[in-house]
Amino acid sequence: MAKTGAARTKKRDINRTGYLFVLPFVIVFLVFSVYPVLRTFYLSFTNYKGYGDAVWTGFDNYIRVIKDKFFWRDLWNTVKIWGVNIILQLGLAFLLTIIFSDIKYKIRGLSVFRAIFYLPNLIAATSVAFLFKTLLDWKYGSFNQMLLALGITQQQVNWLGSVSTAPWVISVIQTWMWFGNSFIVLMAAVQGINKDYFEAAAIDGAGRWTVFGKITLPLIRPIMLYVFITSLIGGLQLFDLPFLMNGAAPGTAGEPSGSLQTAVMYLYKFGFETHQVGYASAIAYTLFFIILIVSIIQFKTIGKEED
Amino acid sequence: MATKVKKCIIYICLIALAVVCLLPFLLMIVNATRSGVEITRSFTLIPGSHLKENWVALFDYVNLFRGFANSLIVAVPATILTAYFSAITAYAMAFYRFKGNKWLFKIIVVFMMIPSQLSLIGFYNLCQKLHMVDSYLPLILPSIAAPGIVFFLRQYVQSTLSKALLEAARIDGANEIYIFHKIVLPIMAPGIATMSIGSFIGNWNNYLVPLILLNTPKKMTLPVMISTLNAATDLQKNQGAIYLGVAISVVPILIVFCFCSKYIISSISAGSVKE
Repeated sequence: MAKTGAARTKKRDINRTGYLFVLPFVIVFLVFSVYPVLRTFYLSFTNYKGYGDAVWTGFDNYIRVIKDKFFWRDLWNTVKIWGVNIILQLGLAFLLTIIFSDIKYKIRGLSVFRAIFYLPNLIAATSVAFLFKTLLDWKYGSFNQMLLALGITQQQVNWLGSVSTAPWVISVIQTWMWFGNSFIVLMAAVQGINKDYFEAAAIDGAGRWTVFGKITLPLIRPIMLYVFITSLIGGLQLFDLPFLMNGAAPGTAGEPSGSLQTAVMYLYKFGFETHQVGYASAIAYTLFFIILIVSIIQFKTIGKEED
Repeated sequence: MATKVKKCIIYICLIALAVVCLLPFLLMIVNATRSGVEITRSFTLIPGSHLKENWVALFDYVNLFRGFANSLIVAVPATILTAYFSAITAYAMAFYRFKGNKWLFKIIVVFMMIPSQLSLIGFYNLCQKLHMVDSYLPLILPSIAAPGIVFFLRQYVQSTLSKALLEAARIDGANEIYIFHKIVLPIMAPGIATMSIGSFIGNWNNYLVPLILLNTPKKMTLPVMISTLNAATDLQKNQGAIYLGVAISVVPILIVFCFCSKYIISSISAGSVKE
């Protein structure tokens, strides 16, 4: 009797160590992750200016966001840039997955191609921004020189200086940075599929498109959803590239009439440049609610098809 | 025959795509060795002879090695803290029964979904209150709590560590922290290594947070320092120097990638098999 009691105390002591082990994480998590998120929420209902007192103003900031045509313009810019990017990025990743998982062609060199395709994703967005800004320079950039040398264009194209090209240039660079990542994720999902399915299909004499449509596609659908949603969360936060690339490069006309202004750049402007911190917080939460609603709709529609 | 031709076309397309991925880096390295005038005049893949001039021009303007050192000062401790504390948290959540364990897990999952811009303003506000603006502490300390990595390592330790091993060590009289350091950590090492490379690169490349927190030019990390080249109008005339600056920031990552690409790619694949 006494012995089991002692054993129980020992067990309790051991489990108390569990608390001790998670304690540093919990403290830092509460201070640096949970508190800032709640603090931003609180500030979104005040007129806080970055100093002094925060005066409660209720929903004023949110009403202002909803009426702010520049916020909607910048959000629309972001959605456009992201939309073109996600179509190219997922399309390319999907195509590559089909190619490398094809049972008939048996394409070799997956690990080498995968590494090369992924490489652009490793580089800091600041470096990517500078690299492309210089390469795409209107007058002196190597890219225009290459096009001229190959005879593709007759005169230099002002890629980053005109409304008709600048946003799409950002989309393409984003695709360049991220398609390898999506490809790796999709490919891992395909490789994770039980080989028995494919063998059974082969025995039944199913063609490769049937195998792809009836086995591969349905089984990787959850991962596609995952890629789509993480890309949405990341894409609507687009900041580094357009922030660094819309400044006037020498010889260009500068930022093409606000077409590279993204929602988070708008947030940055109020939060850290003009010090309307309360308003910036409301922008952050409005953006979050929009992302949340879109994610829920996505989950519902794609989730339903699976039943 | 038709299959062979198709296969050939597929390989050509794949190689073309690989060239698109690599060409900008190649142009960057080539142009870093050419003078501004040469670059503006023509396009080539043959390296020039002006590396030294570009180097002098660049370092006249900004000491990139300072930024390099600063980035290391931030990224190395941050990565070590993330690795150690994520491992111990993940292990405790997987192998100890305590109240709130399930809640903690749920909160971690929720916070993995929350976009970082939600916390940005509150985070800056907190740093102001703690008098941590323009200091490295808010760039390093928060690494102790990395929800995504805890999430991954929790799954990892559950599938690699057996309860019997822990019981055996306990019967031998080993205390809990000793068990963690001597038995659990070595078993978790491959998982920790995979996650650490990813978190190091993330820290190294981080731009927005250091941008809002650091004011003193001397303290700037490499990406922030690189972004100041934007304002260097006299340097803009010499594109060679700009290319060199970007190259200096990129080459270390390329070297790391050459040695660790397997780990890096498996860390991304791991992210996809969450469900």
